[in-house]
Amino acid sequence: MSTHDPGDRQHLPPPTLWPLGFAVGIACILVGLVLSWPAVAVGAVLAAVFAFLWARDLTREVAAKAPPVAPERREEAEQAPPAAPQAKAYPRSAFLEGATLGLGGVIGGLVAVPALGFAVLPAFTNQADHDVELGPLGDFPEGEFVIATYMEDPSQGEVTRRTVFVRNNGFLEQVPSFTILFSRCVHLGCPVQPNGPIFEERVKTVDTGKQAIELRPSQPAGFGCPCHGGQYDTEGNRTAGPPVRALDRLEFSIRDGKLWVGKHFSVSHVEGAGAKARIKRYGLATPGVHVDGISAWLYPIEVPR
Amino acid sequence: MAAKRSARKEKLEAAVLYPLDWVEERSGLVGGIKYFLFRNVPRDVNWMQTLGSATLTAFIVQAVTGVILAMYYKPDPNSAYESIQHITHDLTLGWLVRGMHRWGASVFIILMFFHMARVFLFGAYKYPRELTWIVGVLLLVLGMMEGFTGYLLPWDNTAYWATVVGINLNGTAPFLGPFIAQFLSGGASIGSDTLAKWYALHMLVLPGAIIGLITLHMWLVIRLGVTSPPWSKEAAGLERPPVEPEGREGLVRPAPRGEDR
Repeated sequence: MSTHDPGDRQHLPPPTLWPLGFAVGIACILVGLVLSWPAVAVGAVLAAVFAFLWARDLTREVAAKAPPVAPERREEAEQAPPAAPQAKAYPRSAFLEGATLGLGGVIGGLVAVPALGFAVLPAFTNQADHDVELGPLGDFPEGEFVIATYMEDPSQGEVTRRTVFVRNNGFLEQVPSFTILFSRCVHLGCPVQPNGPIFEERVKTVDTGKQAIELRPSQPAGFGCPCHGGQYDTEGNRTAGPPVRALDRLEFSIRDGKLWVGKHFSVSHVEGAGAKARIKRYGLATPGVHVDGISAWLYPIEVPR
Repeated sequence: MAAKRSARKEKLEAAVLYPLDWVEERSGLVGGIKYFLFRNVPRDVNWMQTLGSATLTAFIVQAVTGVILAMYYKPDPNSAYESIQHITHDLTLGWLVRGMHRWGASVFIILMFFHMARVFLFGAYKYPRELTWIVGVLLLVLGMMEGFTGYLLPWDNTAYWATVVGINLNGTAPFLGPFIAQFLSGGASIGSDTLAKWYALHMLVLPGAIIGLITLHMWLVIRLGVTSPPWSKEAAGLERPPVEPEGREGLVRPAPRGEDR
């Protein structure tokens, strides 16, 4: 048991770099099979050359007598005089430690940065509002509020359903004027309701080709939120409760006699009414966020959309 | 007793102990578990000190029932509500597992608060257990976030509008609030990707973080030991003479002190 069988001795080939080249050659052949025949030829030559070199290294022991190497013994190592202390030694272990940490950090970053970016960035990019057609102008009688519900992006389905309150203000210097209030309460985002009758018997469904828009005539004295009691007048100005600004609004355009709604924007307050109203306009802000006054200093950076 | 052991019993015991020994020799796990189960605690520990393990049990119930619910739930705006109805009304025992998850969520949160109250009233957060308290507070926050994200998943009107309000509450935080709100809703408002995002947060990100922190929490509890109640008459840190274990000899009986096994 204790004596070694000489034929069973461990047989370690000398270290060699040639397998690396051989692997490159094989990879070149495989890529070449897909891409181009010359690459296969190059790969084959590389593989053959490096295979030869590798095999020569491996068989060196058999082919020729290996040069005798005197083994270093412990006594010799212990008797060896200690190496003279170098002034500024940069030990191998420190290099390996730094390289491991550094490479690990680089690899981790290469994986983490795109993954985190994908987790966060889509919420802040390509968030433009869609223009949506609400139907012919004739469905919006002058001076009357119409509750319009539509899908902002029909391809995304019901989850994009929005409600706006549309009032035709008639003409101001021959330019048509509309007040379009977004139903999202600017306190915490619940849907505000008209304070007044909704004429369900006059509900009209307009098919715009992309979706069916429901139009409900209504006669509100203002708007109220069911969640926390925020109240607004017919211009969207806050009259009571916790909201911090006036109701958000939407831009509109008229194309071929049809009303389209577009970009959302926030409003601090509105002076006057109807077509002659003066609207203090800001970029669309999160509900509950002040857009003017000292409190707006708490929200200095506008969220990219 | 030991002398009268029959040959058959010895064989049986060997058959049971062999795999345990095999595992122990390679991993030390059996010894670790024995250490965990038979570690010293003060003589006058209180029933209140079981609230932590009760909270852990509630979390395990949430994890198990949640994994099973995930087999049937569809996190898609057009089918989420229907899949919940399917789980509740059509699938055998679906109502039970969903009910356990739904009510267990409240139990988990309530137990966390009871456990926290016990630690506070016993003064168990003091040196050297401050880090255990800090990790526990992080666990409380993550548990509340689990409640917040899980509430959206039934995808009914209550869920939707409660989440709208919750997101916008986050949005009113100074400076970063609007960014947090937009990240949570995945855009200017809740859209088609929001539900799947919240589902991923609810069942992958947050539970992963909770499991990691629970491990750290338990490591600290085992390392630092359990506090005596504040009315304890025993001096803190007093070494007691070892007590020889009594009672029936069995697999789980601790080894006598000073021996390995």
